[in-house]
Amino acid sequence: MEYEAVIGLEVHVQIKTESKIFSGSRAGYGYEPNELVDPVVMGLPGSLPVMNKAALDGIIKAGLALNCDIPDTCKWDRKNYFYPDSPNNYQITQYDQPICDGGFVEIELEGETRAVMGEHRKVALTRIHLENDVGKLNHFSEDSLVDYNRAFTPLMEIVSEPDMHSGEEAFAFLTAIRQTMIYCGVSDCDMEKGQMRADANISVRPVGQKELGAKIELKNLNSITGVKNGIEYEIKRQTQELKKGRTITQATWRWDADQGRTELMREKEDAHDYRYFPDPDLMPVRIDDEWRNWIRAEIPELPFDKQRRFMDEYALPYTITSVLVPDRVLSDFFETAAKQAPQSAQALGNYVTNDLLRELSESSQSLADCRITPDHLLSLVAAVEKGTITKQIAKDVFVEMFNSGELAEAVIDRKGLKPDFDEDQVKVWCQEAIDENPRPIEDFKSGNEKALNALLGQVMKKSRGKANPQAVNPMLRSLLS
Amino acid sequence: MSQDLHYKSAAALASLLDSKEISSVELTQAIIDRTQAVDDRVNAFNSFDAEDALSQATQSDERRSQGGALGPLDGIPVGIKDVLAVKGQPLTCSSKILENFVSPYDATCIENLKRSGAVLWGRLNMDEFAMGSSTENSATKTTSNPWNLDCVPGGSSGGSAAAVSAGEAPIALGSDTGGSIRQPASHCGVVGLKPTYGRVSRYGLAAFASSLDQVGPMGRTVQDVAELLQAISGYDRRDSTSYKIDVPDFPGAIERLKGKKWIFGLPKEYFAQAGSAAPLAAVEEAIAYYRSIGCEFKEISLPHTEYAVATYYIVATAEASSNLARYDGIRYTHRAEAFDGKDSVDIYHQSRAEGFGEEVKRRVILGTYVLSSGYYDAYYLKAQKTRTLIRQDFENAFQEVDAILAPTSPNPAFKKGTHTEDPLSMYLSDIYTISANLAGIPGLSVPCGYADGLPVGLQIIGKPFHEEDLVAIGHTFESAHSYCDEHPDL
Amino acid sequence: MSEKPHIDIDKVADLARIALTDAEKEKFSSQLDSILGYIDKLNELDTGHVEPTAHPHSIENVWREDRTEAELPTSEALKNAPKQRQNMFVVPKVVE
Repeated sequence: MEYEAVIGLEVHVQIKTESKIFSGSRAGYGYEPNELVDPVVMGLPGSLPVMNKAALDGIIKAGLALNCDIPDTCKWDRKNYFYPDSPNNYQITQYDQPICDGGFVEIELEGETRAVMGEHRKVALTRIHLENDVGKLNHFSEDSLVDYNRAFTPLMEIVSEPDMHSGEEAFAFLTAIRQTMIYCGVSDCDMEKGQMRADANISVRPVGQKELGAKIELKNLNSITGVKNGIEYEIKRQTQELKKGRTITQATWRWDADQGRTELMREKEDAHDYRYFPDPDLMPVRIDDEWRNWIRAEIPELPFDKQRRFMDEYALPYTITSVLVPDRVLSDFFETAAKQAPQSAQALGNYVTNDLLRELSESSQSLADCRITPDHLLSLVAAVEKGTITKQIAKDVFVEMFNSGELAEAVIDRKGLKPDFDEDQVKVWCQEAIDENPRPIEDFKSGNEKALNALLGQVMKKSRGKANPQAVNPMLRSLLS
Repeated sequence: MSQDLHYKSAAALASLLDSKEISSVELTQAIIDRTQAVDDRVNAFNSFDAEDALSQATQSDERRSQGGALGPLDGIPVGIKDVLAVKGQPLTCSSKILENFVSPYDATCIENLKRSGAVLWGRLNMDEFAMGSSTENSATKTTSNPWNLDCVPGGSSGGSAAAVSAGEAPIALGSDTGGSIRQPASHCGVVGLKPTYGRVSRYGLAAFASSLDQVGPMGRTVQDVAELLQAISGYDRRDSTSYKIDVPDFPGAIERLKGKKWIFGLPKEYFAQAGSAAPLAAVEEAIAYYRSIGCEFKEISLPHTEYAVATYYIVATAEASSNLARYDGIRYTHRAEAFDGKDSVDIYHQSRAEGFGEEVKRRVILGTYVLSSGYYDAYYLKAQKTRTLIRQDFENAFQEVDAILAPTSPNPAFKKGTHTEDPLSMYLSDIYTISANLAGIPGLSVPCGYADGLPVGLQIIGKPFHEEDLVAIGHTFESAHSYCDEHPDL
Repeated sequence: MSEKPHIDIDKVADLARIALTDAEKEKFSSQLDSILGYIDKLNELDTGHVEPTAHPHSIENVWREDRTEAELPTSEALKNAPKQRQNMFVVPKVVE
């Protein structure tokens, strides 16, 4: 029998704000334990929550970017459960009136090769709601220590429909959410800092069966790769169990990335009774078109739209766009240059995705810190196009520009890279090359076009790389004809 | 002179301070002396810090000597119910679970009070977490009614009412969730006002039932209560439920609205079945007085009154079950001994079992039950809907009348121990006060006579944010009677 | 709610995280059952078309701008802790 997996994801994303969701305490990562706490964050008697407007703006932006409906009203509910990381032993969340309804995430699956765009599809969302994050437990052999710095960081929960079928799709889903959130400036989605966290619900059923199989909740998926690997492992495990004729019982498992396997956390999902009720300390939120439209106008062009446009407008190959587009700053940098020289867009794209990224990585700099501007790229492309320098030399010029901050002409002048010979001299070198290399000429004459490259190489060598291959090539041909 | 000070009104004390006949230090010392003389019998205070009070008084005197007195409360001691956060002072809510808790911050009403120059005076006893009507549910001690030490002072602000009545504080703050200011005021023969929900910030008031709780003033005269209300009222950006509305001049309402011919409503449901005939008789006399000065009366109906207690005990306990979840033995509350080691037994169950008293446990369990899966619609949602009906009863009534007159409590203060084994009968004694909390409207209790030798109160229920009406109406009655000058024999 | 309401005291006390003695369980069960019996009178009312009241005043959109304010000093935050170490709150080892 054939089996298929059905996967839903619950993705928690921290919204980037200065202060916490319900108090003025700073929201941040990497502080000393219990440094970012106030009466609200500590759940002290008498403390009261007050909504942070920026957290609402953030989730509305996220919701609009992910194609959700933003209903006119939403409200706050308390989810009651005891846990040491929860200061009040209830979480302020949205139970039956979330701020974002429905929606979908456009995802891209892997293409046949890296150079080919993969299939795109939409993964349906159930909802996105806003809630407070909880503190952090640090486990020791004898006890645990609680740090409430993270508590009350604004957190949104993006809930998908059971609409995915593989680890790869889940990977693509998270990647798309992450890129969209970063583009919108809603979150940095750094999983290492806990800014994005995911739990998966996975079930496996015989192909053709309508009902879902027993649901396994998979936790501890601490990286996007972890999500992929964990889910794939779990699908395999459940499928094997079913093939052995065993039944799967609903339970919570955890992914152990070190061991590369999943393990049972708790068997019985002891029907949590969260006793949701409207939070009497907080007033409902009403959202009108003016607010929605204001936020909508703040949403930048989203990654997949930008990618399609880059391929269309600048005729960029998929490979270049798939490096450029995930990085909003990098793609904006590219486009600033490309707008001024659309005919050289591909060359500009190559310099950005190859040379620039390589130098940045080798020097551990960020784009913002480095000395290269779009004008630098434009000066380089112009020099190549004018035939001042070859593409080969351009690569060295780029490195010089990167290090010195000079424009291409300045580097070329300083390093004397401009050709110091005329066309006649090139002709002389061509004739010399022909005279000195009878074998390739034989080959060329018998129809092997590639043989000409050997002669070209000789001429380039004689010119110390400065000759323009585009000029040398026809010259050789005319001398040989 | 200082012998007489403890029964002077805050207004009278303010003029003595103004004319420099007394200093705040003298006044505060007189209050401390009085407290030390009577509180072993009254037991109104959970704790007090005489030195701290005197140092606040010294600062007040310095301000005054430099011509910088902050207002009518500057230098006046104000008793504080042990449910309000005062930075550096204990905040116990009369619960064992908070027995060692010291607040690291000030409630907003406390900040406001500090700005008025008042001397914050002591921590007043209450029913644990304000759950109760007799102050017998305190883990600290049982407060006595100064008029009869065998009787309860009412509750939950029993310490505040008793302290004011016994001259241990000229004025005091209480909190009122279902009658917790008005009922003890009535039982102790003092004035107590529950403001409109949203009038006074709840920030720093340890929550019992968030949608019902209000902080309010208690005193021996309506004017003093108005003055204290003035100091603590106003919108607070730290309380999302506080209301952005102008704060009128409450004491000024006494003159401003003097002689107004009020139209009063008498809800038939409140007069049909009083528990004890005597309180009703005193209330009838008060009604006769208002009639004699030309006020008009209409019989009105608040048809959903009989559902108020049931509604209240669902809403209040549900909210409380969640509000009190934070007292868990982890961050700042009592932790059961067994867990100082590495015992893996549940820290919550044991700490809360040890830390909470019986009534708190009972209500938390009731509240947990009414919210639990399968029961939410039948109880909580149902109660939210009947709450709407109760609110609408008042909206309809206030189409026709300016204010509603009623007894504060169906009975005068009862003997200690009367209701401790029968919680339902205790709950039912809140019948006249609970509706104002459900509707979010203000209510004032003023002494209007005696029943069985114990004081009883007249309750004046007003339109939302019309506390000034209550002040004017209450003062009209008070100034024509001598109840505010009558004190228990201690 | 036609049958007589009854609290499953063990289940509810566990949800509320309060350990009760047997005596307390017995006492509370009967007291709460009688309170629930009283509360049952709400079912006399037809509330089919009544909107629930969650707040006494219907105000909306009460928020603050995203500005930071002073926190509590860590020492103040930990001052009341029953047990602390490394500026954190010590709890028994948490097993989920």
